[in-house]
Amino acid sequence: MRGPRLKFMVGGAVVLAALVWLGFVGFQESKAYYITVNEYATMHNQLQGKTVKVAGDVVQGSIDRGKIPMEFVISSQGQELRVRYVGKDVVPDTFKDGSQALVEGVVSQAGVFQASHIEAKCASKYEAEYAKKTK
Amino acid sequence: MSEFGNFCLLLALVLTLYALFASLLGAWRKQHRIVRSAERAVMAACGSITLATGSMLYLLITSDFSVSQVWEATSHALPIFYKIAALWGAHNGSLLLWVFITSIFTGVVVYQNRFRYRDMMPYVIAVLMVNLAFFLSLNLFLSNPFNHVVQVGADGSMLGAPAEGRGLNPLLQYWAMVIHPPILYLGFIGFVVPFAFAMAALISRQLGDAWIRTTRRWTLLTWLFLGTGLILGAKWAYVVLGWGGYWGWDPVENSSLMPWLVGTAFLHSVIIQERKGMLKVGNMILVIMCYLLGVFGTFITRSGVVSSVHAFADSSLGKYFLLYIGTIAVCGLFLIIDRLPYLKSDRQLDSVLSRESAFLFNNMMLVVACFAVLWGTMFPVLSEWLQGNKITVGPPFFNRINIPIGLLLLLLTGVGPLFAWRKTSIESLKKAFFLPGVFAIATLAVLLAAGMRNFYTLMCLTLAVFVTVTIFEEFYKAARIRAKSNGENFLIALTRLTLKNKRRYGGYVVHFGIVLIFVGLSGNAFNQEASQTMAPGDTMKIGDYALKLTDYREADTPNYVYGVTYLDAYKDGKFLRTMKPEKRFYKTSEGQSTTEVSIRSTPKEDLYTVFNGLTDDGRYEIKAHVNPLVFWVWFGAAIMVFGALITLLPDRGGAFATPQVSMNLSVPMEESVKEQ
Repeated sequence: MRGPRLKFMVGGAVVLAALVWLGFVGFQESKAYYITVNEYATMHNQLQGKTVKVAGDVVQGSIDRGKIPMEFVISSQGQELRVRYVGKDVVPDTFKDGSQALVEGVVSQAGVFQASHIEAKCASKYEAEYAKKTK
Repeated sequence: MSEFGNFCLLLALVLTLYALFASLLGAWRKQHRIVRSAERAVMAACGSITLATGSMLYLLITSDFSVSQVWEATSHALPIFYKIAALWGAHNGSLLLWVFITSIFTGVVVYQNRFRYRDMMPYVIAVLMVNLAFFLSLNLFLSNPFNHVVQVGADGSMLGAPAEGRGLNPLLQYWAMVIHPPILYLGFIGFVVPFAFAMAALISRQLGDAWIRTTRRWTLLTWLFLGTGLILGAKWAYVVLGWGGYWGWDPVENSSLMPWLVGTAFLHSVIIQERKGMLKVGNMILVIMCYLLGVFGTFITRSGVVSSVHAFADSSLGKYFLLYIGTIAVCGLFLIIDRLPYLKSDRQLDSVLSRESAFLFNNMMLVVACFAVLWGTMFPVLSEWLQGNKITVGPPFFNRINIPIGLLLLLLTGVGPLFAWRKTSIESLKKAFFLPGVFAIATLAVLLAAGMRNFYTLMCLTLAVFVTVTIFEEFYKAARIRAKSNGENFLIALTRLTLKNKRRYGGYVVHFGIVLIFVGLSGNAFNQEASQTMAPGDTMKIGDYALKLTDYREADTPNYVYGVTYLDAYKDGKFLRTMKPEKRFYKTSEGQSTTEVSIRSTPKEDLYTVFNGLTDDGRYEIKAHVNPLVFWVWFGAAIMVFGALITLLPDRGGAFATPQVSMNLSVPMEESVKEQ
């Protein structure tokens, strides 16, 4: 391999190695297991101390903003999980009864799940009222 | 009307398939007339799609709620502007918009080239038709906005069309969000044009630069739209979502960043092929990646394969997208490998300290960044497939990799133009680096003296100064030489210089815009936030500011009810203005609320206030952020757009003339002397 090309490849490899290492560090810092509420029910013993993102639908009427910090219940496939939001960000506008929520936090022995982040999507549960007739 | 729209789409698909086969047949048999008939079919298909889109717009404006798109995304009270925008307010309609834009681009390309490139054009048409047929099929058979909706009674009986629609999501009722999808689509879709020409060049073995030069404007325009779409999305997130930031490394955000990164690499890389005949294989790979990442981007948004706050629900389209992307990738790779002898470089890399080397490293960094983003975005899918559990990665992963890459790219932006082609002598390096280096070191010293210790921020600002000086020097030196030799006034020389070499100097303006964006991004390291539950008369402190809650009012409008808090903002004791953060509750859309943030923006920092709602005891939840330097992100983006527009200005032959490779106009005086 010619001189300049070799130098280029070596230099490039060094930079890439550094980036891979940084990526690994960043990965360890931020990785979270994505599970649904019913999976949480069965798996939460194995996941002690790990960061998880739990997906579920916000149970109607369960959002209690009177409690500081705010509490609510999410459910999926019959299982429910009580969540306490201890994060600093404002609660997203999309978060309300029936919306699909994703709560992130560390699994602990406590009965209530402490969430440091909430993400929410618009609910799409209206189809129960209307039927679609495909042309 | 909806039957008419549906029929037009079906007709368009038939015409598209006809054009696909006719163009290939005409190329195989070398029969010009068959290719011409394919071209006419293309134009007819585009016309048909336009009619379909027009009929959907008619249905939206007249609020025909029996049609699914109209019911899903509009309501009677919606202002007409938003009724039109509702075309892309729900999934199916947005796919129709995609098909519409694709058809316009396709039609323009076929028309533009009707007398040119007769050997390549049949294949260009064929590739464009494959692309159009794919999206048309998805739109017709899987995601049809013309589908009908009926109300069903409690006993299961059909009650006829709904009387009212669901309304447009209030979060989308904001100007930047209205134009954000179409602009992004223009950016995603546009890469199909250079892609089609690249594939045609491979198939027909026309592997000079014609395919690059003829698509240069398309690529630039596409890149511009993609970048603008990204910035608009960020601006919307900042102003409407209320979490105080503008980028969250969300999968859908990432899906528009990836083609932009690779598009930037492609834009730079083709310069090397045009000037030095190198990186031909690289360019083929890059253009295929640009196109496929665009398709992949819309796949991520629509398929729900990775969870995202962007609310397009899971649909069954995922597997078709993957099949299509896989097939195209395999065909593309096969073509490249088969035509490898035609893609040999004219030259070798002469030195690491050369402009070729800088460009190559630049491209590598952009592709690595894209790959890192792809990896992080798709990791949950990968880990589920390999291990059975979905593992997500968050902002720390993306930031840790992309911040150093960004700084390296910033460095290259300054250093690249200073390197000569082939090999830079140490002498000329010393001369070129002197002034920028002095300013950069001075900046570093000042920052250190002021107490700044954050490594990345120091590097970012130092490099920003370095690059800015190199850019100003390029303009200044060249303009001064020109002014002297032509006897022109300096400013006139500057303007004429830029217009005579739009790609180079427009590019420098874009670089300057990027530098400003980086300066804006570096402010993130110093963001502050505070929240407080306040009663009237209370004061909240954040940074140098004090916010005093003076008033609260509620009111009613046809579309929503709202509550506004009045916060008097003081800085170091001096009154600035009254901030009015607001919370709105919309009457349709199941009481969706939005937060209307109140921002006071200066070049130094943004004071960002959010009203989060009332507490049970009648007090007000207020959150405030101080975000330094955000102004420069928006301002830098505007400069970037301005620079890109300069590069897009028509040459003497008109906007659609193919640029010729100019010999010496693009090389500054000192360099052309050295080259001899």
